[in-house]
Amino acid sequence: MSTMPSSGPSSGPSAMKISNEIAIELIGVNKWYGDFHVLRDVNLTVHRGERIVICGPSGSGKSTMIRSINRLEEHQKGKIIVDGIELTNDLKKIEEVRREVGMVFQHFNLFPHLTILENCTLAPIWVRKMPKKQAEEIAMKFLERVRIPEQANKYPGQLSGGQQQRVAIARSLCMNPKIMLFDEPTSALDPEMVKEVLDTMISLAEEGMTMLCVTHEMGFARQVANRVIFMDRGQIVEQNEPEAFFSNPQHERTKLFLSQILH
Amino acid sequence: MTTQSISYVSTAEIPSSPPPGNAKGFPAWARQNLFATPLNSLTTILIGLFLAWALPPILNFLIFDAVWFGDSREACIVEGAGACWAFVNAKFGQFIYGRYPLDERWRVDLVFILFVIGLVPIAIPKVPYKGWNALYLLLVFPILAFILLCGGFFGLEAVETSLWGGLLVTLVVAVTGIAASLPLGVLLALGRQSKMPVIKMASVIFIEFWRGVPLITVLFMSSVMLPLFLPPGTNFDKLLRALVGVALFSSAYMAEVIRGGLQAIPKGQYEGAAAMGLGYWPSMYLIILPQALKIVIPGIVNSFIALFKDTSLVLIIGIFDLLGIVQLNFTDPNWASPVTPATGYIFTAAVFWVFCFGMSRYSLFVERRLDTGHKR
Ligand SMILES: Nc1ncnc2c1ncn2[C@@H]1O[C@H](COP(=O)(O)OP(=O)(O)OP(=O)(O)O)[C@@H](O)[C@H]1O
Ligand SMILES: [Mg+2]
Repeated sequence: MSTMPSSGPSSGPSAMKISNEIAIELIGVNKWYGDFHVLRDVNLTVHRGERIVICGPSGSGKSTMIRSINRLEEHQKGKIIVDGIELTNDLKKIEEVRREVGMVFQHFNLFPHLTILENCTLAPIWVRKMPKKQAEEIAMKFLERVRIPEQANKYPGQLSGGQQQRVAIARSLCMNPKIMLFDEPTSALDPEMVKEVLDTMISLAEEGMTMLCVTHEMGFARQVANRVIFMDRGQIVEQNEPEAFFSNPQHERTKLFLSQILH
Repeated sequence: MTTQSISYVSTAEIPSSPPPGNAKGFPAWARQNLFATPLNSLTTILIGLFLAWALPPILNFLIFDAVWFGDSREACIVEGAGACWAFVNAKFGQFIYGRYPLDERWRVDLVFILFVIGLVPIAIPKVPYKGWNALYLLLVFPILAFILLCGGFFGLEAVETSLWGGLLVTLVVAVTGIAASLPLGVLLALGRQSKMPVIKMASVIFIEFWRGVPLITVLFMSSVMLPLFLPPGTNFDKLLRALVGVALFSSAYMAEVIRGGLQAIPKGQYEGAAAMGLGYWPSMYLIILPQALKIVIPGIVNSFIALFKDTSLVLIIGIFDLLGIVQLNFTDPNWASPVTPATGYIFTAAVFWVFCFGMSRYSLFVERRLDTGHKR
């Protein structure tokens, strides 16, 4: 896995800085749901500052893989090391990892009984033990970044889908995470709202955030990813730089998948 | 068919105008609500006739023919007498305090006042210091109430619980049951959802045991069977035993109500909380329970109301709650009259109704207040 396009004078967005430091490492990860083998010997190394897009057909295990990185799913075999911490049953370690890893979900998962501002300050206050005032300042800063500071005192139910997803991104950023995971962040959105969310993610990528993103937005992948991973039936079937991945897929299943989604 | 153009472009904006005049006022309201359809009109007329037939005798009995003053049954055995409010008047002290000693009744009054002082500000959302208020209600008040009601400390004369009665007992049993069943119910509901088999098992057994036995049986067991198991000579207060029984019984019901709320919370809420590094208890306290409890407010209040009314069952183990003490007074020869029982029951029903209706209205108010518009 060390054949990363991490050095060399490549052009485009993938030229952004990627350190040699390892952010996430999956070694021979296997997972079963009952008898169903959902992750099969997944190996993946992500360096700090890398932006990885994961795609693949429905049911291929993309969500399962990305969710096992913050232990929303438990793996049964292999090793997952995030930010130098190996994920085991140790709850302390799991919470330590989750503090450093932000996650954005397909259905936002905002807390409907709290205002936007409270959604954003909750974890800093309760997990980072930050004073309320400071947490609110930081939250406002990130709400401005995702361009909805004026919604701070509304409830999630009063916002559009796109706005909610941007709040969800801001909420994660308030914890000052080292890594961001996105699981189909735009697929529950109306088409006209996809762009506002993708723009937010692009600007995040430009700042050098380590990102793993399950998405079928191939334009996004071309623009910001420095690696695209294709999964099928619980396996990583192919991975490459976006240019090469889209123009010259090697595996039969990748070709079939791309022909289906790129028309 | 000729080819017709389907293109259309609006040329002017239509200004907003007031609604037609006949949509306002009482006639419009009556038409919409009372006489909207023929069936609707018929129902309105039938109900009107029923009220015209039933209301006058009821009002006559309760008010116009009622006997308001008097010292004995003589006042109420007159021909055509309505409700004997004089009876209620004469026995009012007993109905409220039971056989609590006359000279010590100020202690009960003080407890009522202390309770209201704690309850009213916590029930009004605008009043600040909710944390201190809750601390007072859950910790300071119970201790004060215990000292004042039982006595035996600070020179207060000890009053045995066998002397307590009436509304005092009703409220003591109901408030203790309500205050204990909510936190216990939450813990049991969480326990039932626990991933730890031992905790889950224990919760399930507890809940199913208490839900499977009638409250009457619980009360009988507490007064008849419990002493058999306790070493002879230990005397465990009868009211206390009933309180424990009622609290455990109602917490089992509460647990199931709350579990319903927990199940309605989408998995994403747990995951959203977990993904930010919140541990189990913080995510329950901050994310899951506020939403789950809010969903089941109607169910919770329903349980409270049922519990409030079930307090009357303590009668069967010889504790005289409001209903018990009212019934006891029917046997007083000084007040025996044909209308005394009816009057007593109406009075009791009215008191129960006021409390239960109050709880019901307050829960509606809370529901509306907590509605943050995400149900769309
Ligand atoms: N809790 C579960 N129990 C049993 N099987 C599950 C569970 N969660 C997921 N699966 C199965 O595991 C497989 C992989 O699921 P996963 O959600 O990772 O797919 P995905 O690649 O994210 O698909 P999609 O694009 O539809 O989101 C699917 O076949 C799914 O049915
Ligand atoms: Mg998925």
